[in-house]
Amino acid sequence: MSFINYLSREINCKIVYYGPGLCGKTANLQYIYGKTNPQARGKMISLATETERTLFFDFLPLALGEIRGFKTRFHLYTVPGQVFYDASRKLILKGVDGVVFVADSQLARIEANMESMDNLRSNLIEQGYSLDNLPYVVQYNKRDMPSIAPVEELRTMINGGNVPDFEAVAINGTGVFDTLKAVAKLVLTELKKAGSR
Amino acid sequence: MSEPQMVMYEEEFHKIQGIVEQLVKASNAKVVFIIDKNGQLIAAAGDTEQMDTTSLASLTAGNIAATGGMAKLLRENEFTTQFHEGENANIHIQLVDKRVILVVIFDSKTSLGLVRLRVKKACEHLSTIFQELMAKALQPGHDSPFGEITDEDIDNLFND
Ligand SMILES: Nc1nc2c(ncn2[C@@H]2O[C@H](COP(=O)(O)OP(=O)(O)OP(=O)(O)O)[C@@H](O)[C@H]2O)c(=O)[nH]1
Ligand SMILES: [Mg+2]
Repeated sequence: MSFINYLSREINCKIVYYGPGLCGKTANLQYIYGKTNPQARGKMISLATETERTLFFDFLPLALGEIRGFKTRFHLYTVPGQVFYDASRKLILKGVDGVVFVADSQLARIEANMESMDNLRSNLIEQGYSLDNLPYVVQYNKRDMPSIAPVEELRTMINGGNVPDFEAVAINGTGVFDTLKAVAKLVLTELKKAGSR
Repeated sequence: MSEPQMVMYEEEFHKIQGIVEQLVKASNAKVVFIIDKNGQLIAAAGDTEQMDTTSLASLTAGNIAATGGMAKLLRENEFTTQFHEGENANIHIQLVDKRVILVVIFDSKTSLGLVRLRVKKACEHLSTIFQELMAKALQPGHDSPFGEITDEDIDNLFND
């Protein structure tokens, strides 16, 4: 749920990185954090287990710049990907404005990707949203790994809706900002549509 | 989508800011802030320079979301008040109208009893203002400034 503040002339939007366990959601935020000018970002908060698995969420506030005198701020969140943290995933989806689905390109994770996509769909429906009219993009991560599925195959399996999609290697940043820009653009476009209704 | 758009206008903001500032004084607290349930900071007063209010806002919202989830599992109404006592700092969290969260951070210069009392009073005022705000946001004529933006404006944001 975007928040428009007419006084401070700010618009705040919430973007959630979703996907199976270990697909690289946290790695996306870490890369963005590392590459963003400190004036344009706040602290990154990671509520994680001792083994660095996301326990509740990661949070990174980012300022993207101004549009027509309004500062655009994006709050990036990741969900915990492990199956048994489903209750927490639902909470993080509340008030979402845009979703990045991070898929793990490795052959061994094909099923996990599809399960996570189904889980995203049903959790959104439970919150009164639908993936079909929510700004969202797909990222095929871990393209640097040895046994990976061809992008075409991944696309068929998890991007039937043909939303913008990107190949990525989150640990070295490949595709990370392209993914973020694409979802931010969709979110702003959606606000524009809502504003002119 | 499932909730109305959250907006803030100058008039209501000043009222809310006034209440928050008043609460800092009346309760002798260190910091008071108000956030929405998604963790967006709405207003803050007191010694905010020393505090990372953005991070606190997101964590408080996460906390309220988590306890709200627990309440649901227990078929209990959402817990409206939480209190965490530390060695030097205490934190009092109050849900207002199931919509916004009022957070008071205080130390031994004051007492929980006083904080509770003042929070209760502030809540009543806040509740009225947020109801007005919601009604106003639903009225036509308060269109989003984003109706005017062009695709080019959006593209320009990313050209750096
Ligand atoms: N080789 C390679 N490793 C990656 C890539 N992205 C992430 N990793 C590694 O994969 C592991 C898991 O990454 P995370 O970002 O923690 O995964 P996550 O999706 O946040 O996992 P959960 O928090 O459990 O949901 C870490 O060791 C990362 O360094 C990538 O593109 N290539
Ligand atoms: Mg993670």
